[in-house]
Amino acid sequence: MARIIAGVTSSHVPAIGAAIDNGRTQEPYWQRVFSGFERSKEWMAKTKPDVAIVIYNDHASAFSVDIVPTFALGCAAEFPPADEGWGPRPVPVVKGHPELAAHIAQSVILDEFDLTVVNKMEVDHGLTVPMNLLCGSPKEWPCKVIPLAVNVVLFPPPTGHRCFMLGKAIRKAVESYPEDLKVVVFGTGGMSHQISGPRAGLINSKFDKAFLDNLSNNPQKIVRMPHVEYMREAGAEGIEMVMWLVMRGALDAKVDEVYRFYTVPASNTAVGHIILENKKRGAGKKKPSAAKKTKHRSARKGKR
Amino acid sequence: MTRAQNDYDDIPGTFVFDADRSRKGYHLNMFCMSLMKAENRKAFKENEEKYLDGFPLTPEQREAILKRQYNRMLELGGNIYFTAKLGATDGHSFQHMAAVMTNSTQEDYAKMMLGGGRSIEGNRSKSGANKTGKPKSKTGKMSGSKRG
Repeated sequence: MARIIAGVTSSHVPAIGAAIDNGRTQEPYWQRVFSGFERSKEWMAKTKPDVAIVIYNDHASAFSVDIVPTFALGCAAEFPPADEGWGPRPVPVVKGHPELAAHIAQSVILDEFDLTVVNKMEVDHGLTVPMNLLCGSPKEWPCKVIPLAVNVVLFPPPTGHRCFMLGKAIRKAVESYPEDLKVVVFGTGGMSHQISGPRAGLINSKFDKAFLDNLSNNPQKIVRMPHVEYMREAGAEGIEMVMWLVMRGALDAKVDEVYRFYTVPASNTAVGHIILENKKRGAGKKKPSAAKKTKHRSARKGKR
Repeated sequence: MTRAQNDYDDIPGTFVFDADRSRKGYHLNMFCMSLMKAENRKAFKENEEKYLDGFPLTPEQREAILKRQYNRMLELGGNIYFTAKLGATDGHSFQHMAAVMTNSTQEDYAKMMLGGGRSIEGNRSKSGANKTGKPKSKTGKMSGSKRG
């Protein structure tokens, strides 16, 4: 049986991708950001998932305003990197898992989540930047990827609660898939940022840190947060954080937070990253050894 | 034509790209989307007015595009991920556009971000309904970050 073993959240700032592509990761500004993902790359290499379901949003790359699907599940065998105006990013083609994706589509639609099946799609920085942050820059991505594009560009996006419930439905689907597969779910985007209008540049670290705390330990406290609160407190584009709740819904009610990183800024955005593991099945009361005490890393500590 | 009032209209300095703006801004955004292709960027740069004739824009939208009034574009139904393609066609970094939208210089904007970004305090609400803590600036005005 396939099973979801962990969830990861990560911001997907385009400038992070540009820093990688232009060989600027060693500059002090970018070093501060990338150093926060060193342990995550080790975690990913050790965990060796077979499949990553990546919840992300497209930024006017694959979808214009001609068609705006709320949830679009990538069921293709591969997804090329999109040309976002400067040529496609020099990253590997993302290989899908069409069999599991088709199974998820069928299962969640019958569970009343009317998502859109996509058999041809290019993927932009929203998906490829988190892949870089967790996997580095290999010749081939180390796992299969099922992209789930969520509309957070045209208001209103799905509610946080809807995202959370979809996560639960995805978990049910994965666990009814007969092949033994280790699956991780990535929730991407966020954290606080506004890139549009006179209020651009907004950052709210207090909101972000509370959101991370609740995401780990008390997701029920945030699943009903109204859209206006995300936009007011975390910036108009901070609403991307609803996508993190798909990831959280796919995990156990109680999880082990094995890693956290937060830094301000990457370009215009607060970068937040967290790794949550489901408790090991059949581990009884014994704490899984891999789940050490949470390591909090925070650059620019005490900065508001 | 009146716009229905929404709770998010109270957020200062923010044009939420909702269904109503999307409806009005469709052609503006599709013009921006066309700039994803190199040959279109070239044609636009050669003759902006002529290129824009190919899109059924309102006179206001057309003027906002020609004058690179990025906030006005958002108000008239543009979305930032689309209008950013116009900025990129001009060869500008995103922070250049952010500086234009925030009526700042690129240098000052970049400094503000390095200092932790624009503070939420004083920037929650036009009406003052959602203030918490002590606002550091007058309601409705964009206050920059206090650096230190």
